[in-house]
Amino acid sequence: MAPQPPLLSMSGITKSFPGVRALDGVDLEVQAGEVHCLLGQNGAGKSTLIKVLAGAHQPDTGAIRWRGEDVTLRSPIAAMRLGIATIYQELDLVEHLSVAENVHLGHEPTAAGFVVRGRAARASTAALLKRLGHPEIEPARLVGELSAAQQQIVSMARALSHDVRLIVMDEPSAALDPDEVDNLFRIVGDLTAEGVAVVYISHRLEEIRRIGDRVTVLKDGRAVAVGLPAKSTPTREVVALMTGRNVEYVFPDRPASAPGGTPVLEVEGLAREGEFEALDLRVRPGEIVGLAGLVGSGRSEILETIYGARKPTAGQVRVDGHALRPGSVRAAVRAGLGLAPEERKAQALLMLESVTRNVSVSSMSRFSRAGWIDRGAERGAARSATRELSLRPDNPDVPVRTLSGGNQQKAVLARWLLRGCRVLLLDEPTRGVDVGARAELYAVVRRLADEGLAVLLVSSEVPEVLGLADRVLVLREGRVVHTAPARDLDEHRVLDLVMEGSPAS
Amino acid sequence: MTQPVSPPRDSADKVPSTNEAPAWRSLVFRADVRTLSLLGVLAALIVIGGITKPDEFLDTRNLQLVLTQASVIGVVTVGMTFVITSGGIDLSVGAIVALASVWATTVATQEYGFAGILFTAVLVGVGCGLVNGLLIAYGGMVPFIATLAMLASARGLALQITDGRTQIVSVDGILDLGERDSYVLGVPPLVMVFAVVTIIGWLVLNRTTFGRRTVAVGGNAEAARLAGIDVRRQRLYLYLLSGLCCGIAAFLLIILSGSGQNTNGNLYELDAIAAAIIGGTLLSGGRGTITGSVLGVLIFTTITNIFALNNLQSDVQQIAKGAIIVAAVLVQRRTASTT
Repeated sequence: MAPQPPLLSMSGITKSFPGVRALDGVDLEVQAGEVHCLLGQNGAGKSTLIKVLAGAHQPDTGAIRWRGEDVTLRSPIAAMRLGIATIYQELDLVEHLSVAENVHLGHEPTAAGFVVRGRAARASTAALLKRLGHPEIEPARLVGELSAAQQQIVSMARALSHDVRLIVMDEPSAALDPDEVDNLFRIVGDLTAEGVAVVYISHRLEEIRRIGDRVTVLKDGRAVAVGLPAKSTPTREVVALMTGRNVEYVFPDRPASAPGGTPVLEVEGLAREGEFEALDLRVRPGEIVGLAGLVGSGRSEILETIYGARKPTAGQVRVDGHALRPGSVRAAVRAGLGLAPEERKAQALLMLESVTRNVSVSSMSRFSRAGWIDRGAERGAARSATRELSLRPDNPDVPVRTLSGGNQQKAVLARWLLRGCRVLLLDEPTRGVDVGARAELYAVVRRLADEGLAVLLVSSEVPEVLGLADRVLVLREGRVVHTAPARDLDEHRVLDLVMEGSPAS
Repeated sequence: MTQPVSPPRDSADKVPSTNEAPAWRSLVFRADVRTLSLLGVLAALIVIGGITKPDEFLDTRNLQLVLTQASVIGVVTVGMTFVITSGGIDLSVGAIVALASVWATTVATQEYGFAGILFTAVLVGVGCGLVNGLLIAYGGMVPFIATLAMLASARGLALQITDGRTQIVSVDGILDLGERDSYVLGVPPLVMVFAVVTIIGWLVLNRTTFGRRTVAVGGNAEAARLAGIDVRRQRLYLYLLSGLCCGIAAFLLIILSGSGQNTNGNLYELDAIAAAIIGGTLLSGGRGTITGSVLGVLIFTTITNIFALNNLQSDVQQIAKGAIIVAAVLVQRRTASTT
């Protein structure tokens, strides 16, 4: 390699958020004209790293060198001025503006201080779109009218409308059809031929093999491998790098005999168009069933559909043999389902309220007569439910927002325990929960199952699913590709299945 | 099978143990600080009134007048507090008061006497609230838009009914309630109605499942839905409640003015929202205080009274009101960010 300095070199980047160290001394080096792939499991720190690179997060420590010079990326605009463009997974386009207006947003061509809306902007946009292989997108159309794939092209055109030297693409292929992916790869090829560097994030190993030059693997906020050859490193090695862990989780023992009895939850042919297909599953009392899969595999959507928060396009959910009214949370709750959703703060907790009120919210009729709440009974019941789960602090009057992530999760579980629910749906139960508190949460879930609860668990952390569940369904792009007892699977096997999608053997 | 957790039997559980007292107290203390500061403002206003116009302001008749004036907007504000606590807004309250007051005072209605007027005022209020609620809860309309449309239509309908004329009430039972003879221990009947509405409102918001659901919907509608609360039905009820309060307020206004006019209730929506906000109810929802709202109403009414006694015109009043809203919200932001 030529002795010239790399285009970008980040070294020793650390970034902490309350309770989490998202980046713990990450190094990344990108050469001009290469496709540098960033790999890592969910929560490994990829998103945080690219946000630092985009100027959206400020690192706590560490140095960024751009073309041999130290720089600080104070804001997204500062990064853009240097020639760093980022295409996020969630597109950041303004739906009510035209394609051309979106492409030039923030750097509109002006004349005497007025924005020129006319031909020049449209012409340059048309040229960009043509270069991207999509001349059929009209610059004057509203972005809201375009398909997801077309919107992505617009997003890319916006990146290219700057004088760009480095483009970060966060899972750009996730929303694309195969032939659109081919077009994307052609564009990436064109860009690198012009000397532009691409940082490419994807879960799909086969894509990385096709277009990647080098790979950096992140795990638990650290770069565990820097600059591996993308085409020749064996899959086994990459997967091993992604999964090798410093922290060993302690999982509770499984019961000696597999739980028998009739399934309390039965899901048959459940589907939601574009999200997941014909799902069948059964969960018995005392059993923990895990769904393993990557982001975008339909995991959360499945749980929310079972729970009635989303309406299925086909299929049925039965509890104790009785079909639930589709798309009705209230029917599900009445039948004995409880959901601990992925986004605890946004979907489960009333952050201004006390623990008691958060716990009692689903069982208010039990402490009230004619709508009048017996607050003593409410507080006492909430307290015994939170004590059963060893929620700390042992005081149901504190605001729930003052609790740690693990204890907030316990408050959600206490809600359903108090309600007397029989099927617990857990979506990423340990997200935002620090490592020490996880083991305790695992023990709680297992104990609830031992007491007769049926548990359906979703997690992007494969070891969690394997360690906690009795039976595992592996999902890939909305389909179950493999079902097996958890003890017959290991992490490599599951990651192979979810990434390569090789058929179940 | 997991059994529902039953309430603890030993009473020791209900006694707060020593290690939890600080957090519990600080919650109460924080609520108190807010209420105390509002009481402080009100006390300061009374002192100002007493100094500038010692004879007139502190006169019993004047204080009765202030409280009577506060009653009409106060009842509206109680309903508004519920709606805002749930994360909504009701811009149509003034127009509903106008429509209810004119509908209840038409010649035809007056033939049915006292009961007819009361019944009509309440029914019109609830009816308008029902339309608001259906549009918002089941029609998926944004509360701002739905109630803005109601504002326009209800005012238009009120004008159509009256043709711009003042409808004088000739029912004796109504007019008597506005007379001094009907005061009980010096308290006007209107003020008693306001007090009863306030107490019921406080109890409903703080002690019932309805109040809890209101707070839950306002604090986090998605979490409330996933916890099994029927969010839409709750929203419908809340706008019904606001309409009911408007109907009661319209009845009070009829007693107070002895008439029904299509210009009644002008800008009540702004006064009610302002009172609720300076009282400490969060405009974004999730926290509401009836006590604060009532204090807010009393503060605004007292200011108006002091200004009127000092012959300051309504333009100055409006400017002062605006300044108070800004100051109160800035102070609340400061306290919110430090907690």
